[in-house]
Amino acid sequence: MADALAGAAALPGAAAPAAHASLRGVTRVYPGAAPVHALGPIDLDLARGEFFSVVGPSGCGKSTLIDVQAGLAAPSAGEVMFEGKPVAGKVPDGIGVVFQEDASFPWLTVTDNIAFGLRRAGVDPAEVRRRVEYAIGFMGLRDFARAYPVQLSGGMRQRVCIARTLVLQPRLILLDEPFGALDQQTRLLMGDELLRLWRETRATVLLITHALDEAAMLSDRVGAMSARPGRFVDLLKTGWPRERDSSLVAEAGFGAITARLWSHLRAESLKAMGGAPP
Amino acid sequence: MSRGRAVLASRVGLIVGSIALLEILCRTGVINPLTLLAPSQMAVAMVDLLASGKVTPDIERTFSTVAIAFALSVVVGTAAGAVLHAMPRLRRALDPLLASYYAVPFFVFYPVLVAFFGLNEMPLVAIGFAAAMVAMAISTLNGLDRVPPVLIKVARMHRLGRLRTLFLVVVPAAAASLMTGMKLALAYAFISIIAGEFILSGRGLGYQIAYAYNSFDNKTMYGLMLFVLLVATAMNSLLHMWEQRLLRRRARA
Repeated sequence: MADALAGAAALPGAAAPAAHASLRGVTRVYPGAAPVHALGPIDLDLARGEFFSVVGPSGCGKSTLIDVQAGLAAPSAGEVMFEGKPVAGKVPDGIGVVFQEDASFPWLTVTDNIAFGLRRAGVDPAEVRRRVEYAIGFMGLRDFARAYPVQLSGGMRQRVCIARTLVLQPRLILLDEPFGALDQQTRLLMGDELLRLWRETRATVLLITHALDEAAMLSDRVGAMSARPGRFVDLLKTGWPRERDSSLVAEAGFGAITARLWSHLRAESLKAMGGAPP
Repeated sequence: MSRGRAVLASRVGLIVGSIALLEILCRTGVINPLTLLAPSQMAVAMVDLLASGKVTPDIERTFSTVAIAFALSVVVGTAAGAVLHAMPRLRRALDPLLASYYAVPFFVFYPVLVAFFGLNEMPLVAIGFAAAMVAMAISTLNGLDRVPPVLIKVARMHRLGRLRTLFLVVVPAAAASLMTGMKLALAYAFISIIAGEFILSGRGLGYQIAYAYNSFDNKTMYGLMLFVLLVATAMNSLLHMWEQRLLRRRARA
C-alpha cells in the first residue's frame, strides 16, 4: 500500500534527462511604474529524488522561485524545465505545490479536501478512496476525516494541504515555507514527516524555508540566496544519509552547516534590512 | 442549557412578552381598538382573510412580482459584481454611485417606468429590481475581494480551467457574501414592491392594505399587515440561518 503515494517509480527512469527540474538564467521582474527585480539570474539543477532547500532573507524572491518553477508565474527571462520539457503558462502534470498560507478549502471536509484534485482529474472512485484513506493515515488525520478545516489547528490544516498535494503523486513537490506558521516543536515533527514522505514517494523536493535548522536537517543540498534580487550565493551539500530524522540536530556536522548558512544569511539579511554588514 | 439555546429562549421570550403586553393593553382598553387591534384579533382576521380566498390573487401578484425582481437582481447583480471585480478602473469610476445608491428614491421613476412598460407589474418589478440589484452587486464584489488568492493558486495547481475554477473554488469561497447579497436583495425587493403597490398600484398586498386603510377596515388592514410581516420575517430568517451556517464554516481560526 506504500505505493499509494509514490509517483516517481512510475516514470521511465532510463530515458529521463540528468536534471529532473532546472532553471537556466531565470529572472523575474515585476513590471510597473517602478519595476521590481525580484529574482535572478538563477541557475539550478535538481537531481531526480533530491531534497533541495532554499534559505534566504525576507523578500529575496524565494516564493517567486517556487511560482516560476511551478509554472504559476512566467520568468521575465531564462528557461524553466521539468522532465525535459519547458514549463510554460501552466502547472505541468507531475508538479505539486504546498503553499505557505492556509490553502485548505473551508467548505470541504478533510476527506473531500484531500480528494479534490483526484476527483477533478476523473480518477476512478475506488482509487480515490484508496489513495485518500492512505494519505489520511499517513498524515495522522484519521480522527478528523469528516472534520472541516475550521475545526483543525493550523498544523493539521497544513497537513491536509500536504495530503491533498501528495495524493496526486507529484514527482516534483514544491513547498513554500509550509511550516512557517507553526511552532518550533511542531515544525521539527512535521520535518520528520516530510522526510518520511520524501523517502516513501521517491519524489524530488524543493523546499523554501526561513529556518536554517530546518534546511540543514532535511536537505541533501541547501541553496543560500542573496537579498533581492535573489541569487544563489552558496550551494552546500549536507552529506546526510537518506535515512535521517530530526535527531540530526545533535550531530556535530549540523552545527557547521547552520553556521555556514548563517554566515551568508547574516550579511544578506542585513542588506535586506537596509544595513551594511559590520 | 447551552448559550445558543439561552439566547434563543430570551429572544422568543422577548417576542412573546411584547405580544402579551400588547394584548393586555388592547383588551383592557388602554389602547383604543379603533387604533390598534389586539394581536389575537389580528391573527384571527389574517386566518379568516386567507381562508376566504379574497386576497389570494393579490398574494400571488405580490409574490410573483417580488420573485421576478429578486431573480433578476440576483442574476444581473452577480454578473455586474463579477464584471466590476474584473475591471478595477470601471469599479473605481462607479464607486461613488455604488456607495450612494440607497439614497436614490427609485419611486420617482414610476411615471417614466409606466410610460416605458405600460400599466402592468413591470414598473414595480423594475423598482424592486433597482433597489435589490445594487445590493447584490456590492455583496458579490465583497465576496470576490475576500477569496484568498492562494485558493486560486491551488486551482491552477490542479490545472482547473476558468469555469471550473469559478464554480469549484470562487463561488464556494464567496458563498457567504453571495448569501448576504441574496438576503438583502430579497428584503429590498419585498420592501420596495409592497411600498410601490401601496402608493402606485391597483393590485397586490400593498394596495389591499392601503385600500383597507382608506375604507376604515381595520380587520383586513391588520390581518394583511400581520401576514406581510410573518412572510417577510420567515423568508429573511431562513436566508439568515443559511448565511450563518456558511459563515461558521468559513471562519478561519
